[in-house]
Amino acid sequence: MIEVKDAFFAYPNGIEALSRVSLTIRNGEFVAIMGQNGAGKTTLVKLFNGLLKPTKGEVLVDGVNTRKVSVANLARKVGFVFQNADHQLFCETVEEEVAFALRNFGFKEKTVRKRVSWALNLLDLTEYRQASPFMLSGGERKRVALASVLAWNPKVLILDEPTIGQDHQQKDKLRQFIVQLNAQGKTVVVVTHDVEFVAECAPRVVLMAQGNIVADGSAEEILTDRDLVTKASIVSPQITQIFLELEDLGLPNKVINVHDGGRVLLNFLEGRLHERV
Amino acid sequence: MSVFEGFKFRSASSPVHQLDPRVKFFYVCIVFAVAVMFNKLLPLLLLFLIQIPFILVAGVQREWIRSMKGASVLALIIFTMNFVFSYFMPASVPGVEPPIDTPLEYVLIFERSLTMTFRFIVLVESFSVFFLTTSPDRLSLALEQSHVPYELCFAFTTAVRFVPVLAQEAQTIMDAQRARGLELERGNFVKRVKNYVPILIPLIVNAIRRSLELAEAMESRAWGASEKRTNLYVLKMKKEDYSLILLSLIMLVSAIYAWLFIPIPSLTTFLSF
Repeated sequence: MIEVKDAFFAYPNGIEALSRVSLTIRNGEFVAIMGQNGAGKTTLVKLFNGLLKPTKGEVLVDGVNTRKVSVANLARKVGFVFQNADHQLFCETVEEEVAFALRNFGFKEKTVRKRVSWALNLLDLTEYRQASPFMLSGGERKRVALASVLAWNPKVLILDEPTIGQDHQQKDKLRQFIVQLNAQGKTVVVVTHDVEFVAECAPRVVLMAQGNIVADGSAEEILTDRDLVTKASIVSPQITQIFLELEDLGLPNKVINVHDGGRVLLNFLEGRLHERV
Repeated sequence: MSVFEGFKFRSASSPVHQLDPRVKFFYVCIVFAVAVMFNKLLPLLLLFLIQIPFILVAGVQREWIRSMKGASVLALIIFTMNFVFSYFMPASVPGVEPPIDTPLEYVLIFERSLTMTFRFIVLVESFSVFFLTTSPDRLSLALEQSHVPYELCFAFTTAVRFVPVLAQEAQTIMDAQRARGLELERGNFVKRVKNYVPILIPLIVNAIRRSLELAEAMESRAWGASEKRTNLYVLKMKKEDYSLILLSLIMLVSAIYAWLFIPIPSLTTFLSF
Protein backbone atom coordinates (compact mmCIF):
# COMPACT_ATOMS: atom_id res chain seq x y z
CA MET A 1 0.00 0.00 0.00
CA ILE A 2 2.62 2.55 1.11
CA GLU A 3 6.17 2.02 -0.07
CA VAL A 4 9.03 4.32 0.86
CA LYS A 5 12.13 3.54 -1.19
CA ASP A 6 15.48 5.01 -0.15
CA ALA A 7 13.88 8.33 0.69
CA PHE A 8 15.87 11.36 1.75
CA PHE A 9 14.35 14.62 2.86
CA ALA A 10 16.01 17.94 3.67
CA TYR A 11 14.18 21.11 4.72
CA PRO A 12 14.97 24.40 2.90
CA ASN A 13 17.16 25.48 5.85
CA GLY A 14 19.43 22.52 5.08
CA ILE A 15 18.41 20.26 7.98
CA GLU A 16 18.34 16.68 6.77
CA ALA A 17 15.28 15.15 8.42
CA LEU A 18 15.35 11.77 6.65
CA SER A 19 18.32 9.88 5.38
CA ARG A 20 17.82 6.81 3.17
CA VAL A 21 14.58 5.57 4.73
CA SER A 22 12.89 2.46 3.33
CA LEU A 23 9.61 1.18 4.67
CA THR A 24 6.61 -0.81 3.46
CA ILE A 25 3.21 -0.56 5.10
CA ARG A 26 0.74 -3.15 3.89
CA ASN A 27 -3.05 -2.83 3.71
CA GLY A 28 -4.76 -3.23 7.07
CA GLU A 29 -1.60 -2.88 9.13
CA PHE A 30 -1.41 -0.99 12.40
CA VAL A 31 1.94 0.79 12.68
CA ALA A 32 3.27 3.03 15.43
CA ILE A 33 6.16 5.30 14.49
CA MET A 34 8.19 6.16 17.56
CA GLY A 35 11.37 8.02 18.41
CA GLN A 36 12.70 11.12 20.11
CA ASN A 37 11.86 14.71 19.09
CA GLY A 38 13.45 15.58 15.77
CA ALA A 39 13.90 11.92 14.78
CA GLY A 40 11.96 12.53 11.55
CA LYS A 41 8.66 10.83 12.47
CA THR A 42 6.30 13.60 11.33
CA THR A 43 8.43 14.29 8.26
CA LEU A 44 8.16 10.62 7.29
CA VAL A 45 4.37 10.50 7.57
CA LYS A 46 4.05 13.79 5.67
CA LEU A 47 5.62 11.93 2.74
CA PHE A 48 2.71 9.46 2.79
CA ASN A 49 0.09 12.00 1.66
CA GLY A 50 2.41 14.09 -0.48
CA LEU A 51 2.57 17.13 1.83
CA LEU A 52 6.32 16.69 1.52
CA LYS A 53 8.03 15.14 -1.47
CA PRO A 54 11.28 13.23 -0.92
CA THR A 55 14.38 15.13 -2.05
CA LYS A 56 15.78 11.76 -3.22
CA GLY A 57 14.18 8.35 -3.52
CA GLU A 58 10.45 7.78 -3.94
CA VAL A 59 7.21 7.15 -2.09
CA LEU A 60 4.47 5.04 -3.65
CA VAL A 61 0.88 4.99 -2.43
CA ASP A 62 -1.10 2.16 -4.07
CA GLY A 63 1.69 2.04 -6.66
CA VAL A 64 1.38 5.75 -7.51
CA ASN A 65 4.43 7.96 -7.07
CA THR A 66 3.52 10.82 -4.70
CA ARG A 67 5.50 13.24 -6.87
CA LYS A 68 3.07 12.72 -9.73
CA VAL A 69 -0.22 13.44 -7.92
CA SER A 70 -1.59 16.35 -5.94
CA VAL A 71 -1.98 16.35 -2.15
CA ALA A 72 -5.77 16.59 -2.60
CA ASN A 73 -5.68 13.47 -4.74
CA LEU A 74 -3.62 11.53 -2.20
CA ALA A 75 -5.63 12.86 0.74
CA ARG A 76 -8.66 11.00 -0.61
CA LYS A 77 -6.81 7.75 0.23
CA VAL A 78 -4.58 8.91 3.08
CA GLY A 79 -6.30 10.83 5.88
CA PHE A 80 -4.02 12.82 8.17
CA VAL A 81 -5.07 14.04 11.63
CA PHE A 82 -2.65 16.73 12.76
CA GLN A 83 -1.24 16.94 16.25
CA ASN A 84 -2.91 20.25 17.06
CA ALA A 85 -6.60 20.34 16.16
CA ASP A 86 -6.51 24.15 16.37
CA HIS A 87 -4.45 24.17 13.18
CA GLN A 88 -7.47 23.10 11.15
CA LEU A 89 -10.67 24.28 12.87
CA PHE A 90 -12.19 27.34 11.25
CA CYS A 91 -15.92 26.78 10.61
CA GLU A 92 -18.81 28.24 12.59
CA THR A 93 -20.24 24.85 13.54
CA VAL A 94 -18.87 21.37 14.17
CA GLU A 95 -21.15 20.10 11.39
CA GLU A 96 -19.62 22.50 8.85
CA GLU A 97 -16.13 21.57 10.00
CA VAL A 98 -16.75 17.88 9.38
CA ALA A 99 -18.35 18.62 6.02
CA PHE A 100 -15.43 20.79 4.82
CA ALA A 101 -13.26 18.03 3.37
CA LEU A 102 -16.26 16.19 1.92
CA ARG A 103 -17.19 19.29 -0.08
CA ASN A 104 -13.58 19.72 -1.18
CA PHE A 105 -13.66 16.18 -2.53
CA GLY A 106 -16.86 16.91 -4.42
CA PHE A 107 -19.30 14.64 -2.57
CA LYS A 108 -22.99 15.27 -3.29
CA GLU A 109 -24.81 17.30 -0.62
CA LYS A 110 -27.03 14.33 0.34
CA THR A 111 -23.94 12.15 0.86
CA VAL A 112 -22.22 14.96 2.78
CA ARG A 113 -25.12 15.15 5.26
CA LYS A 114 -25.19 11.38 5.67
CA ARG A 115 -21.44 11.09 6.24
CA VAL A 116 -21.34 14.01 8.64
CA SER A 117 -24.02 12.38 10.80
CA TRP A 118 -22.16 9.06 10.65
CA ALA A 119 -18.81 10.60 11.67
CA LEU A 120 -20.35 12.70 14.47
CA ASN A 121 -22.15 9.67 15.83
CA LEU A 122 -18.97 7.59 15.62
CA LEU A 123 -17.06 10.04 17.79
CA ASP A 124 -19.86 10.90 20.20
CA LEU A 125 -20.19 14.43 18.89
CA THR A 126 -23.82 14.52 17.74
CA GLU A 127 -24.87 16.79 20.63
CA TYR A 128 -22.26 19.37 19.52
CA ARG A 129 -23.44 19.39 15.92
CA GLN A 130 -24.45 23.07 15.96
CA ALA A 131 -21.81 24.18 18.48
CA SER A 132 -18.81 26.31 17.54
CA PRO A 133 -15.66 24.16 17.43
CA PHE A 134 -13.81 26.99 19.20
CA MET A 135 -16.05 26.64 22.28
CA LEU A 136 -15.28 22.95 22.80
CA SER A 137 -12.71 21.52 25.20
CA GLY A 138 -9.27 20.42 23.95
CA GLY A 139 -10.24 16.75 23.87
CA GLU A 140 -13.50 17.49 22.04
CA ARG A 141 -11.70 19.63 19.48
CA LYS A 142 -9.33 16.73 18.84
CA ARG A 143 -12.34 14.46 18.28
CA VAL A 144 -13.84 16.96 15.82
CA ALA A 145 -10.53 16.94 13.91
CA LEU A 146 -10.61 13.13 13.83
CA ALA A 147 -14.28 13.08 12.74
CA SER A 148 -13.53 15.55 9.96
CA VAL A 149 -10.98 13.10 8.54
CA LEU A 150 -12.90 9.88 9.15
CA ALA A 151 -15.93 11.39 7.40
CA TRP A 152 -14.51 10.65 3.95
CA ASN A 153 -13.45 7.15 5.04
CA PRO A 154 -9.84 7.16 3.83
CA LYS A 155 -8.09 3.80 3.35
CA VAL A 156 -5.18 4.90 5.49
CA LEU A 157 -5.50 6.92 8.67
CA ILE A 158 -2.45 8.78 10.01
CA LEU A 159 -2.65 10.20 13.51
CA ASP A 160 0.10 12.54 14.69
CA GLU A 161 0.42 12.40 18.50
CA PRO A 162 -3.25 11.53 19.09
CA THR A 163 -2.93 11.12 22.87
CA ILE A 164 -1.44 14.52 23.71
CA GLY A 165 -3.79 16.51 25.96
CA GLN A 166 -6.24 13.62 26.45
CA ASP A 167 -7.26 12.41 29.89
CA HIS A 168 -6.97 8.72 30.75
CA GLN A 169 -10.58 7.92 29.90
CA GLN A 170 -10.45 9.68 26.53
CA LYS A 171 -7.12 8.01 25.76
CA ASP A 172 -8.59 4.61 26.49
CA LYS A 173 -11.64 5.36 24.32
CA LEU A 174 -9.35 6.53 21.53
CA ARG A 175 -7.27 3.36 21.80
CA GLN A 176 -10.35 1.14 21.58
CA PHE A 177 -11.61 3.19 18.66
CA ILE A 178 -8.34 2.95 16.72
CA VAL A 179 -8.05 -0.79 17.37
CA GLN A 180 -11.63 -1.22 16.17
CA LEU A 181 -10.97 0.77 12.99
CA ASN A 182 -7.91 -1.36 12.31
CA ALA A 183 -9.89 -4.56 12.97
CA GLN A 184 -12.37 -3.38 10.30
CA GLY A 185 -9.51 -3.31 7.79
CA LYS A 186 -8.31 0.29 7.90
CA THR A 187 -4.57 0.86 7.74
CA VAL A 188 -3.60 2.93 10.78
CA VAL A 189 -0.32 4.78 11.28
CA VAL A 190 0.22 6.49 14.63
CA VAL A 191 3.09 8.85 15.36
CA THR A 192 3.59 8.94 19.12
CA HIS A 193 5.87 9.25 22.11
CA ASP A 194 3.34 7.53 24.34
CA VAL A 195 4.89 4.11 25.09
CA GLU A 196 2.04 3.04 27.39
CA PHE A 197 -0.45 3.72 24.59
CA VAL A 198 1.63 1.70 22.12
CA ALA A 199 2.04 -1.11 24.64
CA GLU A 200 -1.73 -1.33 25.08
CA CYS A 201 -2.40 -1.33 21.32
CA ALA A 202 0.54 -3.68 20.52
CA PRO A 203 0.99 -2.66 16.87
CA ARG A 204 4.03 -3.04 14.62
CA VAL A 205 6.58 -0.49 15.83
CA VAL A 206 8.92 1.47 13.59
CA LEU A 207 11.60 3.10 15.73
CA MET A 208 13.38 6.18 14.41
CA ALA A 209 16.48 8.07 15.47
CA GLN A 210 18.25 10.93 13.67
CA GLY A 211 16.36 10.53 10.40
CA ASN A 212 16.82 6.77 10.16
CA ILE A 213 14.76 3.71 10.97
CA VAL A 214 16.73 1.93 13.70
CA ALA A 215 14.28 -0.90 14.33
CA ASP A 216 11.11 -2.36 12.87
CA GLY A 217 9.21 -5.14 14.61
CA SER A 218 6.49 -6.02 17.07
CA ALA A 219 5.84 -3.73 20.05
CA GLU A 220 6.89 -6.59 22.34
CA GLU A 221 10.26 -7.03 20.61
CA ILE A 222 11.10 -3.35 20.50
CA LEU A 223 9.81 -1.99 23.80
CA THR A 224 11.59 -4.72 25.76
CA ASP A 225 14.97 -4.20 24.07
CA ARG A 226 17.03 -2.03 26.43
CA ASP A 227 19.61 -1.06 23.78
CA LEU A 228 17.03 -0.03 21.22
CA VAL A 229 14.96 2.12 23.55
CA THR A 230 18.12 3.85 24.77
CA LYS A 231 19.25 4.43 21.20
CA ALA A 232 15.92 6.05 20.31
CA SER A 233 15.77 8.02 23.60
CA ILE A 234 12.44 6.55 24.67
CA VAL A 235 11.59 4.77 27.89
CA SER A 236 10.04 1.31 28.14
CA PRO A 237 6.59 1.10 29.79
CA GLN A 238 6.79 0.92 33.58
CA ILE A 239 5.50 -2.66 33.66
CA THR A 240 8.27 -3.66 31.21
CA GLN A 241 10.87 -1.98 33.41
CA ILE A 242 9.64 -3.97 36.44
CA PHE A 243 9.80 -7.27 34.54
CA LEU A 244 13.26 -6.42 33.19
CA GLU A 245 14.41 -5.80 36.78
CA LEU A 246 12.94 -9.13 37.88
CA GLU A 247 14.57 -11.03 35.03
CA ASP A 248 17.04 -12.69 37.46
CA LEU A 249 14.17 -14.37 39.30
CA GLY A 250 13.37 -16.29 36.15
CA LEU A 251 10.38 -14.18 35.12
CA PRO A 252 9.83 -13.67 31.37
CA ASN A 253 10.96 -10.21 30.25
CA LYS A 254 8.83 -9.73 27.15
CA VAL A 255 5.98 -8.00 28.96
CA ILE A 256 4.68 -4.67 27.76
CA ASN A 257 1.27 -4.16 29.32
CA VAL A 258 -0.46 -4.73 32.63
CA HIS A 259 -2.79 -7.37 31.24
CA ASP A 260 0.10 -9.52 29.98
CA GLY A 261 2.05 -8.79 33.16
CA GLY A 262 -0.78 -10.06 35.35
CA ARG A 263 -1.14 -13.22 33.28
CA VAL A 264 2.60 -13.92 33.28
CA LEU A 265 2.90 -13.30 37.00
CA LEU A 266 -0.05 -15.59 37.75
CA ASN A 267 1.45 -18.39 35.64
CA PHE A 268 4.82 -17.90 37.32
CA LEU A 269 3.34 -18.02 40.83
CA GLU A 270 1.24 -21.07 39.93
CA GLY A 271 4.39 -22.80 38.65
CA ARG A 272 6.25 -22.00 41.86
CA LEU A 273 3.31 -23.24 43.91
CA HIS A 274 3.26 -26.56 42.02
CA GLU A 275 7.03 -26.91 42.58
CA ARG A 276 6.56 -26.46 46.35
CA VAL A 277 3.64 -28.88 46.49
CA MET B 1 6.79 32.21 3.50
CA SER B 2 10.38 32.80 2.41
CA VAL B 3 9.65 36.53 2.29
CA PHE B 4 9.64 36.59 6.13
CA GLU B 5 13.15 35.14 6.10
CA GLY B 6 14.25 38.40 4.51
CA PHE B 7 13.16 40.31 7.63
CA LYS B 8 14.36 37.87 10.27
CA PHE B 9 17.42 38.86 12.29
CA ARG B 10 20.64 37.06 11.33
CA SER B 11 23.20 37.03 14.10
CA ALA B 12 26.65 38.09 12.85
CA SER B 13 29.39 40.48 13.89
CA SER B 14 29.61 42.73 10.83
CA PRO B 15 30.11 46.51 11.17
CA VAL B 16 26.48 47.00 10.07
CA HIS B 17 25.27 44.69 12.87
CA GLN B 18 27.33 46.70 15.38
CA LEU B 19 25.73 50.02 14.43
CA ASP B 20 23.37 51.64 16.92
CA PRO B 21 19.76 50.65 16.01
CA ARG B 22 18.64 54.26 16.49
CA VAL B 23 21.14 55.42 13.89
CA LYS B 24 20.15 52.64 11.50
CA PHE B 25 16.52 53.61 11.95
CA PHE B 26 17.39 57.25 11.29
CA TYR B 27 19.11 56.14 8.07
CA VAL B 28 16.05 54.07 7.06
CA CYS B 29 13.82 57.12 7.71
CA ILE B 30 16.03 59.29 5.50
CA VAL B 31 15.90 56.65 2.74
CA PHE B 32 12.12 56.58 3.16
CA ALA B 33 11.86 60.39 2.93
CA VAL B 34 14.12 60.59 -0.13
CA ALA B 35 12.24 57.75 -1.84
CA VAL B 36 8.94 59.56 -1.32
CA MET B 37 10.44 62.90 -2.43
CA PHE B 38 11.24 61.86 -6.01
CA ASN B 39 8.90 60.88 -8.81
CA LYS B 40 11.66 60.06 -11.27
CA LEU B 41 13.29 56.71 -11.91
CA LEU B 42 16.95 57.81 -11.79
CA PRO B 43 17.12 58.94 -8.11
CA LEU B 44 15.23 55.86 -6.97
CA LEU B 45 17.59 53.62 -8.92
CA LEU B 46 20.49 55.43 -7.25
CA LEU B 47 18.88 54.98 -3.83
CA PHE B 48 18.51 51.27 -4.56
CA LEU B 49 22.18 50.94 -5.50
CA ILE B 50 23.47 52.99 -2.53
CA GLN B 51 22.20 50.33 -0.15
CA ILE B 52 23.91 47.38 -1.80
CA PRO B 53 27.30 48.02 -0.10
CA PHE B 54 25.51 47.87 3.30
CA ILE B 55 24.06 44.48 2.36
CA LEU B 56 27.44 43.18 1.25
CA VAL B 57 29.25 44.45 4.36
CA ALA B 58 26.55 42.91 6.59
CA GLY B 59 26.88 39.61 4.69
CA VAL B 60 23.11 39.15 4.43
CA GLN B 61 22.88 39.06 0.63
CA ARG B 62 21.19 35.64 0.53
CA GLU B 63 18.41 36.68 2.94
CA TRP B 64 18.09 40.04 1.20
CA ILE B 65 17.58 38.27 -2.15
CA ARG B 66 14.82 36.23 -0.50
CA SER B 67 13.04 39.39 0.66
CA MET B 68 13.39 40.82 -2.84
CA LYS B 69 11.97 37.64 -4.36
CA GLY B 70 9.08 37.78 -1.91
CA ALA B 71 8.45 41.44 -2.71
CA SER B 72 8.60 40.83 -6.46
CA VAL B 73 4.98 39.61 -6.62
CA LEU B 74 3.73 42.75 -4.89
CA ALA B 75 6.09 44.85 -7.03
CA LEU B 76 4.56 43.32 -10.16
CA ILE B 77 1.06 44.15 -8.90
CA ILE B 78 2.15 47.76 -8.15
CA PHE B 79 3.64 48.07 -11.63
CA THR B 80 0.54 46.67 -13.34
CA MET B 81 -1.88 48.80 -11.30
CA ASN B 82 0.14 51.96 -11.95
CA PHE B 83 0.37 51.21 -15.66
CA VAL B 84 -3.36 50.53 -15.94
CA PHE B 85 -4.39 53.59 -13.89
CA SER B 86 -1.89 55.90 -15.64
CA TYR B 87 -3.22 54.66 -18.98
CA PHE B 88 -6.85 55.35 -18.11
CA MET B 89 -6.16 58.51 -16.06
CA PRO B 90 -3.17 60.00 -17.89
CA ALA B 91 -3.63 63.45 -16.35
CA SER B 92 -1.61 62.28 -13.32
CA VAL B 93 1.49 61.73 -15.49
CA PRO B 94 3.25 64.95 -16.58
CA GLY B 95 3.68 65.18 -20.35
CA VAL B 96 0.89 62.75 -21.15
CA GLU B 97 -2.37 63.99 -22.70
CA PRO B 98 -5.32 61.81 -23.67
CA PRO B 99 -5.65 60.12 -26.07
CA ILE B 100 -2.37 58.24 -25.63
CA ASP B 101 -1.10 57.64 -29.12
CA THR B 102 2.64 58.35 -29.23
CA PRO B 103 5.53 56.08 -28.17
CA LEU B 104 6.79 58.95 -25.98
CA GLU B 105 3.58 58.88 -23.92
CA TYR B 106 3.83 55.11 -23.51
CA VAL B 107 7.44 55.47 -22.32
CA LEU B 108 6.36 58.15 -19.81
CA ILE B 109 3.62 55.90 -18.43
CA PHE B 110 6.07 53.00 -18.32
CA GLU B 111 8.61 55.15 -16.47
CA ARG B 112 6.01 56.36 -13.96
CA SER B 113 4.95 52.76 -13.21
CA LEU B 114 8.55 51.61 -12.90
CA THR B 115 9.32 54.55 -10.58
CA MET B 116 6.46 53.64 -8.24
CA THR B 117 7.61 50.03 -8.26
CA PHE B 118 11.19 51.03 -7.47
CA ARG B 119 9.98 53.24 -4.64
CA PHE B 120 8.35 50.18 -3.09
CA ILE B 121 11.47 48.05 -3.72
CA VAL B 122 13.73 50.66 -2.08
CA LEU B 123 11.50 50.75 1.00
CA VAL B 124 11.44 46.96 1.29
CA GLU B 125 15.21 46.88 0.74
CA SER B 126 15.99 49.38 3.51
CA PHE B 127 13.62 47.80 6.04
CA SER B 128 14.95 44.36 5.16
CA VAL B 129 18.55 45.46 5.88
CA PHE B 130 17.42 47.09 9.13
CA PHE B 131 15.60 44.01 10.46
CA LEU B 132 18.20 41.54 9.16
CA THR B 133 20.97 43.30 11.08
CA THR B 134 19.17 44.45 14.25
CA SER B 135 18.37 41.96 16.99
CA PRO B 136 14.96 42.36 18.68
CA ASP B 137 16.78 42.87 21.99
CA ARG B 138 18.84 45.78 20.70
CA LEU B 139 15.76 47.17 19.01
CA SER B 140 13.88 47.11 22.30
CA LEU B 141 16.83 48.74 24.03
CA ALA B 142 16.94 51.46 21.37
CA LEU B 143 13.24 52.18 21.81
CA GLU B 144 13.56 52.28 25.59
CA GLN B 145 16.52 54.65 25.42
CA SER B 146 14.49 56.83 23.07
CA HIS B 147 12.01 57.23 25.98
CA VAL B 148 9.29 55.11 24.41
CA PRO B 149 7.18 53.57 27.27
CA TYR B 150 8.41 50.06 28.09
CA GLU B 151 4.96 48.51 27.51
CA LEU B 152 5.02 49.75 23.91
CA CYS B 153 8.64 48.60 23.41
CA PHE B 154 7.75 45.17 24.67
CA ALA B 155 4.65 44.93 22.47
CA PHE B 156 6.68 45.97 19.43
CA THR B 157 9.58 43.56 19.97
CA THR B 158 7.20 40.71 20.80
CA ALA B 159 5.37 41.35 17.53
CA VAL B 160 8.70 41.26 15.66
CA ARG B 161 9.73 38.05 17.43
CA PHE B 162 6.44 36.37 16.55
CA VAL B 163 6.65 36.96 12.79
CA PRO B 164 8.72 33.79 12.11
CA VAL B 165 6.56 31.81 14.56
CA LEU B 166 3.42 32.90 12.74
CA ALA B 167 5.02 32.08 9.38
CA GLN B 168 5.77 28.56 10.59
CA GLU B 169 2.28 28.19 11.98
CA ALA B 170 0.75 29.39 8.71
CA GLN B 171 2.68 26.65 6.91
CA THR B 172 1.39 23.98 9.33
CA ILE B 173 -2.19 25.24 8.91
CA MET B 174 -1.80 25.17 5.13
CA ASP B 175 -0.58 21.57 5.38
CA ALA B 176 -3.50 20.63 7.63
CA GLN B 177 -6.06 22.09 5.21
CA ARG B 178 -4.36 20.66 2.13
CA ALA B 179 -4.54 17.27 3.85
CA ARG B 180 -8.34 17.82 3.91
CA GLY B 181 -8.46 18.36 0.17
CA LEU B 182 -8.15 22.16 0.04
CA GLU B 183 -6.48 23.30 -3.18
CA LEU B 184 -5.26 26.85 -2.70
CA GLU B 185 -4.50 27.45 -6.36
CA ARG B 186 -7.84 26.19 -7.68
CA GLY B 187 -10.56 28.36 -9.17
CA ASN B 188 -10.87 31.95 -10.37
CA PHE B 189 -9.48 34.98 -8.50
CA VAL B 190 -12.43 35.28 -6.06
CA LYS B 191 -12.33 31.54 -5.32
CA ARG B 192 -8.59 31.69 -4.72
CA VAL B 193 -9.01 34.52 -2.23
CA LYS B 194 -11.80 32.52 -0.51
CA ASN B 195 -9.48 29.50 -0.36
CA TYR B 196 -7.37 31.40 2.15
CA VAL B 197 -10.22 31.75 4.68
CA PRO B 198 -9.51 28.28 6.18
CA ILE B 199 -5.89 29.39 6.63
CA LEU B 200 -6.51 32.85 8.05
CA ILE B 201 -9.17 32.00 10.66
CA PRO B 202 -7.09 29.37 12.55
CA LEU B 203 -4.04 31.61 12.22
CA ILE B 204 -5.81 34.60 13.78
CA VAL B 205 -7.57 32.52 16.45
CA ASN B 206 -4.28 30.86 17.43
CA ALA B 207 -2.46 34.21 17.49
CA ILE B 208 -5.10 35.65 19.85
CA ARG B 209 -4.97 32.52 22.04
CA ARG B 210 -1.18 32.67 22.11
CA SER B 211 -1.16 36.35 23.05
CA LEU B 212 -3.60 35.70 25.92
CA GLU B 213 -1.45 32.81 27.14
CA LEU B 214 1.65 34.98 26.89
CA ALA B 215 -0.05 37.74 28.88
CA GLU B 216 -1.05 35.28 31.61
CA ALA B 217 2.45 33.77 31.72
CA MET B 218 3.97 37.25 32.00
CA GLU B 219 1.56 38.39 34.70
CA SER B 220 2.28 35.23 36.69
CA ARG B 221 5.97 36.10 36.53
CA ALA B 222 5.34 39.57 37.95
CA TRP B 223 5.62 41.55 34.74
CA GLY B 224 5.47 45.27 35.46
CA ALA B 225 6.08 44.82 39.19
CA SER B 226 9.10 47.12 39.33
CA GLU B 227 8.36 50.78 38.65
CA LYS B 228 11.80 51.75 37.47
CA ARG B 229 13.53 49.35 35.11
CA THR B 230 17.26 49.21 34.59
CA ASN B 231 19.17 47.47 31.79
CA LEU B 232 22.31 45.38 31.87
CA TYR B 233 23.38 46.73 28.50
CA VAL B 234 23.19 50.39 27.52
CA LEU B 235 23.55 51.62 23.94
CA LYS B 236 26.38 54.09 23.37
CA MET B 237 27.02 56.01 20.17
CA LYS B 238 30.36 55.26 18.52
CA LYS B 239 32.44 56.86 15.76
CA GLU B 240 30.80 54.64 13.11
CA ASP B 241 27.35 55.71 14.29
CA TYR B 242 28.19 59.40 13.93
CA SER B 243 29.60 58.66 10.47
CA LEU B 244 26.30 57.06 9.39
CA ILE B 245 24.33 60.04 10.75
CA LEU B 246 26.58 62.36 8.74
CA LEU B 247 26.18 60.21 5.63
CA SER B 248 22.40 60.17 6.06
CA LEU B 249 22.29 63.95 6.47
CA ILE B 250 24.50 64.47 3.40
CA MET B 251 22.13 62.18 1.49
CA LEU B 252 19.09 64.17 2.67
CA VAL B 253 20.61 67.59 1.93
CA SER B 254 21.82 66.46 -1.51
CA ALA B 255 18.39 65.01 -2.25
CA ILE B 256 16.64 68.27 -1.24
CA TYR B 257 19.11 70.28 -3.33
CA ALA B 258 18.62 68.01 -6.35
CA TRP B 259 14.84 68.12 -5.89
CA LEU B 260 14.83 71.92 -5.78
CA PHE B 261 17.51 72.91 -8.27
CA ILE B 262 18.57 70.06 -10.57
CA PRO B 263 16.29 69.02 -13.44
CA ILE B 264 16.33 65.24 -13.24
CA PRO B 265 16.41 63.57 -16.64
CA SER B 266 13.78 60.98 -17.47
CA LEU B 267 14.00 57.82 -19.56
CA THR B 268 12.85 59.75 -22.60
CA THR B 269 16.05 61.86 -22.49
CA PHE B 270 18.20 58.74 -22.75
CA LEU B 271 16.03 57.19 -25.41
CA SER B 272 16.33 60.52 -27.33
CA PHE B 273 12.63 61.14 -27.89
